[in-house]
Amino acid sequence: MDIILLQLLNGLDKGSAYALIALGLTLIFGTLGVVNFAHGAIFMIGAFTAVTFSKILSFSFVTLDPTQKNFLGEPLEVKTAYIVHWFGESTGNGLIDWAVPLAILFSIPVMLFVGYAMERGLIKHFYHRPHADQILVTFGLAIVLQEIIKYFFGANPIQTPAPDMFRGSFDFGVLIGYAENAIIYPYWRLVYFVFAGLVIGGVFAFLRYTTFGMVVRAGMADRETVGLLGINIDKRFTIMFGIAAAVAGVAGVMYTPINSPNYHMGMDFLVLSFVVVVVGGMGSLPGAVLAGFLLGILESFASMNQVKVYFPGIDQIIIYLVAIIILLARPRGLMGRAGVMEE
Amino acid sequence: MFNLAKKDRTLLLIVAGMVLLAPFLLQPFAQGSGMAQFNAGYPDLMQRFVIFGILAIGFNILFGLTGYLSFGHAAFLGVGSYSAVWMFKLLSMNVIPAILLAIVVSGLFALLIGYISLRRSGIYFSILTLAFAQMSFNIAYSVLTPLTNGETGLQLALDDVRILDGMNTNGTLPSTNLLPPSLVNGFEMRDTYHLEIGSWLFQFNTGYYLSAIIMLISFYIALRIFRSPFGLMLRAVKTNQTRLNYTGINTRPYTLAAFVISGMYAGLAGGLLASMDPLAGAERMQWTASGEIVLMTILGGAGTLIGPVIGAGFIKYFENIFSKINDTVLHGWFGWLPDGMEDAVVWFVHIFVGKGWHLTLGGLFMLVVIFLPGGLVEGGQRIMNLFKRKKSDGAGTDKQHHPKSTPHVAE
Amino acid sequence: MGILEVKNVSKRFGGLQALDDVNLDIQENTIHAIIGPNGAGKSTLLNCFVGKLIPDTGSVIFDGHSLLGVKPHKINQLGVSRVFQTPEIFTELTVFENVMIPCFAKRDGAFRMHAIESVGSETDIIEKAELMLLDVNMQDKKDMHAGSLSRGDKRRLEMAMCLAQDPKLLLLDEPTAGMARADTNNTIDLLKQIKEQRNITLAIIEHDMHVVFSLAERISVLAQGTVIVEDIPDNIKGHPKVREAYLGEAQV
Repeated sequence: MDIILLQLLNGLDKGSAYALIALGLTLIFGTLGVVNFAHGAIFMIGAFTAVTFSKILSFSFVTLDPTQKNFLGEPLEVKTAYIVHWFGESTGNGLIDWAVPLAILFSIPVMLFVGYAMERGLIKHFYHRPHADQILVTFGLAIVLQEIIKYFFGANPIQTPAPDMFRGSFDFGVLIGYAENAIIYPYWRLVYFVFAGLVIGGVFAFLRYTTFGMVVRAGMADRETVGLLGINIDKRFTIMFGIAAAVAGVAGVMYTPINSPNYHMGMDFLVLSFVVVVVGGMGSLPGAVLAGFLLGILESFASMNQVKVYFPGIDQIIIYLVAIIILLARPRGLMGRAGVMEE
Repeated sequence: MFNLAKKDRTLLLIVAGMVLLAPFLLQPFAQGSGMAQFNAGYPDLMQRFVIFGILAIGFNILFGLTGYLSFGHAAFLGVGSYSAVWMFKLLSMNVIPAILLAIVVSGLFALLIGYISLRRSGIYFSILTLAFAQMSFNIAYSVLTPLTNGETGLQLALDDVRILDGMNTNGTLPSTNLLPPSLVNGFEMRDTYHLEIGSWLFQFNTGYYLSAIIMLISFYIALRIFRSPFGLMLRAVKTNQTRLNYTGINTRPYTLAAFVISGMYAGLAGGLLASMDPLAGAERMQWTASGEIVLMTILGGAGTLIGPVIGAGFIKYFENIFSKINDTVLHGWFGWLPDGMEDAVVWFVHIFVGKGWHLTLGGLFMLVVIFLPGGLVEGGQRIMNLFKRKKSDGAGTDKQHHPKSTPHVAE
Repeated sequence: MGILEVKNVSKRFGGLQALDDVNLDIQENTIHAIIGPNGAGKSTLLNCFVGKLIPDTGSVIFDGHSLLGVKPHKINQLGVSRVFQTPEIFTELTVFENVMIPCFAKRDGAFRMHAIESVGSETDIIEKAELMLLDVNMQDKKDMHAGSLSRGDKRRLEMAMCLAQDPKLLLLDEPTAGMARADTNNTIDLLKQIKEQRNITLAIIEHDMHVVFSLAERISVLAQGTVIVEDIPDNIKGHPKVREAYLGEAQV
């Protein structure tokens, strides 16, 4: 039982990432009708805003400390981060330590802008082109974005640790009455899960309870009619693209401590996120979230040794296998609407 | 001749001429001259041109004609390579059985994947093929390690069985051949005849010529398919499946046949790659490799006959050339600029060359999709039309009367 | 016994009873019009004939074959062709290629692996396609892109494509919708001519009463998913039930 619980927990953080990316993909698809192969790259850029932010926080100046000598007997060069210099030792270092969560504040405006620029600059010209063209052009964009990131940040993964207090793991099993060390769960994964829940809840609440969200939902259901009401739906959809980018972006920011960001992480996640979207049902937001968690957890179960004994390698293919079965047996996905993308 | 219309015959002859004379055509610069780095007339690169040409020609039969965008074609390439290497390990170093096995196995594999994937169309089809390819890739890395040798990749070993010619090894790894060296010399894939004229060096490689001839046959078959009633039906699938169904046509076997044929082309390419260099790795099956096939076809011009070949050659050429350009070369080029400006220009260009080749490729690809949906072929046509129009403007002809050209009629 | 026999066909979409116990008998070699106010279920009925929809209950028998659950392409191969309200043609192919495809379908059936022969060597197909274009007077446009044709030409092309298969039953869904009067009259003449020259049955859904009464030999009136009257045109005019069904719409 404890093993099952452990795998369930392990599946949650990956599931959270899938769900967040798939949510954005679905928003873009549902509102703009665009199949965005660059969405993984947005996730990746989000992760790198965290890297950038933590670099900005650690910008330093160099002073010579005559009281200390280096091995040549010269005064030691001491790097001091500006931020430590300005705010003092404890506050400054605290800020640097909390770089990743703080990067969310930095990344939201950046990602909104990235999304806005992408939509206005490129995507809007593809609304009336075939889906194949949309796939192709966003695929090209994804390559360009990842190569730019590679140029500036290099090809190697960059370590971006979580704040000190969230490093390490806690014994979840003991809390609920299991033996010690039965269920060890890293703090940050829990943080990620809670964070994902908040973001998903926020997006749903935004769509549900604001006028803006209501218009967008109406537009997703029937674009033409809403357009006839004299509401400028396009402008709202542009903003939705920005929001979708921001969601993927913050998902990337918070994911950095779990997996050190590298330039091709976007592509890696993209394929799986598309599978998630299709399994959940093209155009269905709850479907995307549900399928994200479902597949994340399924993947985690498949990697159990007890399962692998019977089905070797199943953890490598389980997601694709499920996707293929669902697509064939239930082409609309778990919660898809009729008539979406059915030529 | 060849039972082709005159236009197609001319096209085939031009392609044949260029492919057969490639060792000359691709070697326009003298050895040791500053431009020598732009030469492409060496065996390894020329082999890539024609082999990836085959791959793109095959992909085009599916995507160009039916519009079904497969994101999993690299799986067939990989399967072809594995099959061929196994043939080298078990049977003989002769490439013919290896290539045949590669075609057969990838054809069967395509039949299986196509039968399932073609139950859906549009984006769903793309995702299904993508899922299948990723699955194959992951399995090749993990469970199938006994068959694929996992991350290391499948390669020849001294203790391979090699039923037919295992005896002939004398402590070194044998190389692939068309006719056994015990019978005739000069038919090993790596055999190259060097011809030096002045300071020009021309290389004639057995492997290249074998691949080139196979590529010409593949091109000819594609040409016939394009002009056949079968090809007409495939183009009809692309424009209106509803009408086809209400015209008494069952579209499924048509699309499946196209899928299997294009899978076999990919397998053939994979088998040839392994024949030139007998090793096969799972990375050949990754979805980014599938993406590259898509890039080649679109860049050259999907749905046109010659486009995919141009696209494949273009990408392989610039991949090779661009990755060789480093800062030293750039400083050499821009040395005439004032110092500060030189550094700025070099810095800027540097982003796009060397390791930045993929950036250039991605950007170029976007530009093509945005502005030239018909690829480089359409670009060429536009330029030609521009000249024609200038001439006809001079003659004062009716500009209004320009019937819209049909983009999907193969050139 | 008619060529198309429809017995007790019903179809529900959620809460909407689209077809309610429809009975219809279309006689061979007649022009049979199906009319009725908007939402009467005419298109749904037509979709049940071509395999797009499967009725919940009842039977559809064409020429001795049940059509229930049969795939569209098989129904077509039995001899049922359909002209759509908005022309379904191959917009990216040339006019001539458009007409060749049904010729191939007629000769080779639902699938034939014809990958090596060239289209240009299929002389019988080419001859037939030329003839079909001649029939609809479009031979001068044969190399044009079908997508660039005018709406009227698209309809004529689609008609030629359907006739190329020598169907026993041709279904026409509002063949004159949106046409000017002159074009409408041309279409009427064309249909009359087709009927005279061939051994064919036409079933027409139409709103334009001028068309209906110039062509139809029998008329079925559909209202609220069921056939309320079926008779010769003279008896339909002024029929009280028809008046009732159309009340508020154009007077018959």
